[in-house]
Amino acid sequence: MPETNKQERQIRFHLTRYNPETDRAPYIKRYQVPVTEGMTVLEGLHYIKEHLDPSLTWRYSCRMGVCGSCGMLLNGHPTLACNTQILHIAGNDLTVGPLPNFKVIRDLVPDLITMVDKHRAIKPYIVRQNDADIDNPDGEFFQLPEELEAYLQYTYCIKCGCCMAACPTLATDVHYMGPMPLTQAQRYNVDTRDDGRAARNQETGSGHGAFRCHYAGECSRVCPKGVDPAKALQHLKRRLVLDYLRLARRKKPCAKMHGPGEGKPLPNIPAAPAKTV
Amino acid sequence: MRETKYWTWHMAAGVVILLLLGLHMLIMHTGGITDWFSPSPGESVSKENSLWRDGQLFFTVTYILLLGIALFHGLYGLRTILFELTLRPAVEKAVSVFLLIVGLGLFVLGTWAAVAVHAIALGGARS
Repeated sequence: MPETNKQERQIRFHLTRYNPETDRAPYIKRYQVPVTEGMTVLEGLHYIKEHLDPSLTWRYSCRMGVCGSCGMLLNGHPTLACNTQILHIAGNDLTVGPLPNFKVIRDLVPDLITMVDKHRAIKPYIVRQNDADIDNPDGEFFQLPEELEAYLQYTYCIKCGCCMAACPTLATDVHYMGPMPLTQAQRYNVDTRDDGRAARNQETGSGHGAFRCHYAGECSRVCPKGVDPAKALQHLKRRLVLDYLRLARRKKPCAKMHGPGEGKPLPNIPAAPAKTV
Repeated sequence: MRETKYWTWHMAAGVVILLLLGLHMLIMHTGGITDWFSPSPGESVSKENSLWRDGQLFFTVTYILLLGIALFHGLYGLRTILFELTLRPAVEKAVSVFLLIVGLGLFVLGTWAAVAVHAIALGGARS
């Protein structure tokens, strides 16, 4: 493959630095970084650590927008550092800070434990009346493709915390559950295999649950995976109200298939070709 | 689920307020055209027309209903705003109790006023 001659530009990084052991408050430190086309913010941070300041701290893992570790505030916009090219968002300057609405462990590393605790509280897993269905499964849950569509987009959430950082309600009310846990509650509530909505309603319908959402919509705007938490929250609110008024349709969780041939066969499936070997 | 209950009634109260305020606007601001609920000649807000409406049981009940619903809607909204300031649980409880007492107090006062005006209007009609 021929080497492309990429033009280099000097971009000034304004990084928020903070070491709770030595600093009284976060402060901004500037670094000059040579940037070429296609270079991501994560690569820029690596350049600073390798050439300019080895004490710089941030969190990352996969480098491809899958793990959700490198959520940061880039030019005031919460997003993934690995998924963002510097020249797409920066002129001559780029500000990089930790995700807001979280405590800072050090430099660009937010403490996500509050988000994890809230996530855990909504039971983010399939709940069945009979625990044996999950612990000792003896069959496959039967779910139609259109039933999968009802929650599929919410499964793309990587728990990066960008929506939590963008949420204006969470900025004032630290007890508010936030977009990510509430979206995950909706994800499992609409899953036809699940039977845990009543238990989740206790959390999502609490004083700091879904009804605190002001529908600013920032969560949906910043989500790097294209998930729409604002939509999930509106559906969640509606379902909570319908459940309270006992107007929601009561559906039993989907049944299980215990072996091949128990499902309905699709019509007009051509026969398999004859064996050639 | 308690908050779901409050929220549901908060929304329902908003709809009822819209209907009752719509009725209020119709009576007060289109009286010169429609003469609805204004049997005496002149403005809808004239003393005669006001006393006539105050003497109707429908209006007395409507006033009390609007008062109760508006108080619940407004005070619950205020409580929601205050709760978003990250209060301690004890302060949240105190705010709830305080707003409940204020709401009940204002409701009793308003109800007494509506009933008293109803009685005055009926007395005036008899005399």
